Amino acid sequence: MAATQPLLNRRMITDWLGIAPFAIFSVMFLIAPTVYLISGAFVDPNGNLTLKNLVDLFQPSILAAYIISIKVSAASAIGGAIIGFALAAAISLGGLPSWLRSAVLTFCGVASNFAGVPLAFAFLATLGRLGLVTILLRDVFGFNLYGAGFNLLSFLGLTLTYMYFQIPLMVLIITPALDGLKREWSEAASVLGATPWQYWRMVVIPILWPSVFGTLLLLFANAFGAVATAVALTGSSLNIVPIVLFAQIRGDVLHNPNLGYAVAFGMVVITGISNFIYIWLRMRAERWQK
Amino acid sequence: MSYLELSHVQKSFGPVKVVHDFNMSIEEGEFVSFLGPSGCGKTTVLRMIAGFETPTGGTITIGGVNQNGLKPNKRNIGMVFQAYALFPNMTVAQNVAFGLKVAGASKAEIDARVKEMLDLIHLGHLEDRYPYQMSGGQQQRVALARALANKPKVLLLDEPLSALDAKIRVSLREEIRAIQRKLGITTIFVTHDQEEALSISDRIVVMNAGIADQIGTPSDIYNRPATRFVAGFVGTLNILEAKVENRDAGTVRLGSRSVSIPPSQLNGSGDGAAITVALRPEALSLSKSPSSDVTLDGRVTSVNFLGSVIRTRMDVDGQQVSFDMFNNPGLQPPQIGEMATAHFKASDVLVIPN
Amino acid sequence: MTAKKFWSWLAVAVAAVYFIVPLAATMEFSMRMRRGTYSFDAYRSVFSDQRFAETFSYSVVMALITIVVGALLIVPTAYWVRLRMPYLRPVVEFVTLLPLVVPAIVIVFGYLRLYNSSSVLPLTNSDTGTNILLVFGFMTMSLPYMYRAVDTAMRTIDVAVLTEAAESLGASWTTILFRCIFPNVLTGVLSGAFITFAIAVGEFTMPSLLNRPAFGPYLALIGANKAYEPPALAMIAFAMTWVSIILINITTRLQKGAAGAR
Repeated sequence: MAATQPLLNRRMITDWLGIAPFAIFSVMFLIAPTVYLISGAFVDPNGNLTLKNLVDLFQPSILAAYIISIKVSAASAIGGAIIGFALAAAISLGGLPSWLRSAVLTFCGVASNFAGVPLAFAFLATLGRLGLVTILLRDVFGFNLYGAGFNLLSFLGLTLTYMYFQIPLMVLIITPALDGLKREWSEAASVLGATPWQYWRMVVIPILWPSVFGTLLLLFANAFGAVATAVALTGSSLNIVPIVLFAQIRGDVLHNPNLGYAVAFGMVVITGISNFIYIWLRMRAERWQK
Repeated sequence: MSYLELSHVQKSFGPVKVVHDFNMSIEEGEFVSFLGPSGCGKTTVLRMIAGFETPTGGTITIGGVNQNGLKPNKRNIGMVFQAYALFPNMTVAQNVAFGLKVAGASKAEIDARVKEMLDLIHLGHLEDRYPYQMSGGQQQRVALARALANKPKVLLLDEPLSALDAKIRVSLREEIRAIQRKLGITTIFVTHDQEEALSISDRIVVMNAGIADQIGTPSDIYNRPATRFVAGFVGTLNILEAKVENRDAGTVRLGSRSVSIPPSQLNGSGDGAAITVALRPEALSLSKSPSSDVTLDGRVTSVNFLGSVIRTRMDVDGQQVSFDMFNNPGLQPPQIGEMATAHFKASDVLVIPN
Repeated sequence: MTAKKFWSWLAVAVAAVYFIVPLAATMEFSMRMRRGTYSFDAYRSVFSDQRFAETFSYSVVMALITIVVGALLIVPTAYWVRLRMPYLRPVVEFVTLLPLVVPAIVIVFGYLRLYNSSSVLPLTNSDTGTNILLVFGFMTMSLPYMYRAVDTAMRTIDVAVLTEAAESLGASWTTILFRCIFPNVLTGVLSGAFITFAIAVGEFTMPSLLNRPAFGPYLALIGANKAYEPPALAMIAFAMTWVSIILINITTRLQKGAAGAR
């Protein structure tokens, strides 16, 4: 015993030394910055513990930013999820030629990564005041898009833009789940007398809902954290959380660093909750894949 | 008119004809196996009966009702799939209840029927389990209960045992047959395993390349194969090339010796014609018995111990012949390289039509 | 059957319109620079802008450094966790998923507070320090993708068996890691690398808040000041994304091919 004890210790030391670089990296550049901000949200400028910063989040301008952010994220996530699901169902179950399936999947891989500043440019060129669609509607159909109240730098415009990466992301995540539906299930259901609708209601939807709902939350978090597209599209004219935070980091527009931390904390809470539910639902969905 | 009639059923996928001209009458309560290698069209015929595939030609009737154009969910057929196909989101009881539920049965009715079905397959204690919590054999029994719950007119089993372990395969096939007898349900069982088909069927259809080569009882199929394919696919057969010596006397030259067989078996072949004959391994023996009248001499090339039998292979004038001996502790199997003599009855020789 | 096919085609067609129209519009807009006729003047203007080359090459260099440092950190870690500390896997996986939970803007906000000029480790005081910070920031952002790609590649080769085989042949630790493990997970590293590249080159938030002359902030600057160059840049970015995705597809196909041949 006495002889094995130090040996065991030495092995444990090498074990821990082996992951030390990763541990140091993740503490320094991931965990510490996050913890610093989160703890900063709970103190006042003099270092006293307080909940005032969190309460201050509910002042009208910041609350409005959260609300519009949540609205845009939710709308683009729901829209992206519905259209993305329809598209995934079409290529997975619709009996379309296989070249089309791989073409759609490859394009989705591209489009889901085509976010940020270039995406904003593309939509300005499409639906901006001088965008192609705006001009075509005006010159060919005599319809004044902006006269009708549309504005790209608004809730609707931002939602429409975000859906450009939300739909492909949904397709990429949900297609494997749809492919996991075995043909025998639908055949078994139909010989047992079920109509296609009964099969969807009693088998497909219960199997898929954790994946679909989970992905919806992932899309929500994805849109909520998107900064570049919003900044490039709207400058600072639209009051959404990432833009408020961006401006705060640039120049303390809130005149209270700790309130800035609270804004960041709020973002982490919202994206964190949606991601954790996503991961939990995903594990639930995988239970059936065995 | 039989209960289940398949007449001139054909199926093509594009230019590929997978089922040529399939005719069969199945009586009510009969257990019929479709036996053949993969790709022979047996599953396609089954899927046409279920309604998943539309025949390119011909008709299928069940109980006198033409099934053409009827959707699968209107046929009242029970089906068990190779990969179980249980609904993963439902418990055992919910799976079995599925067909009754979509048919709109009352809750009391469903509960009673589910209990009855689960007792039938001896899984009443697992009614709240989910499929992923059960073994393959258990899942397949639940699939069987689910297929039977609606009292279907016909039960279709599509290679239901292929995914299971050898031991469970044997016990489950006996269970399936017992349940089928008890319920008296007309059953079609698709398999590529000849032993499975022989052991549980009333009749067997041996299929090859989209054609039913032979339809008959297990003993017909095994003892009197109609084609060389059937003879080769069902059981382990010694296939030997021979020449007709005298058609009227029924003498055939087999290697270096002349063998007399019933002349009636030689129909159509003239003197000097090359024919193929077959001998089952169990028809040959190392010891002479009163009824055996022919012998073959050869050099032993291999001896395999298979448990209850010992299979010996020997070389007879360049042709391979194997034969089986029942194992017993005192048995002295021949040694490789030895010369041996195999005895058999001339009447056991089968002439295979070409 | 036909109804199902009809709806499927319709869904694909509607999606195709939504996805192709902005691309067509962007292309059209980018060619409007010369009055009355279509031309590639905007592209010429983009490529002749010296800041384009400067910021782009800066971002590419930063991305490449991120990939190399990231691979050197993540491959040994994933290997070590699989081989020696499997009980730590849930923790490590949780940490690698954290960047999906904490938005980049929050992480960089933390950097600016922790490593500013008045802190213990004033990385933002010098250009080199800020560049280092940026590289680690990119590494953090790509962590979920890089780790997953490498870990998946390690699952297909049995690292424990491979290590024992190499040890029995007398190989040293560094030989095992660099001669046995790295080559076998190379396809995983490569597919992780392309995603890292795509993230790092186009990233706006981090370099912008760290005041680095990177491609993302340059794009935003052009967007605020020019009319025809932004759509041209968008088309260039779109083409670059295509190339990255096609390279990822090729490497994953190679990976599958290698696994299938085994």
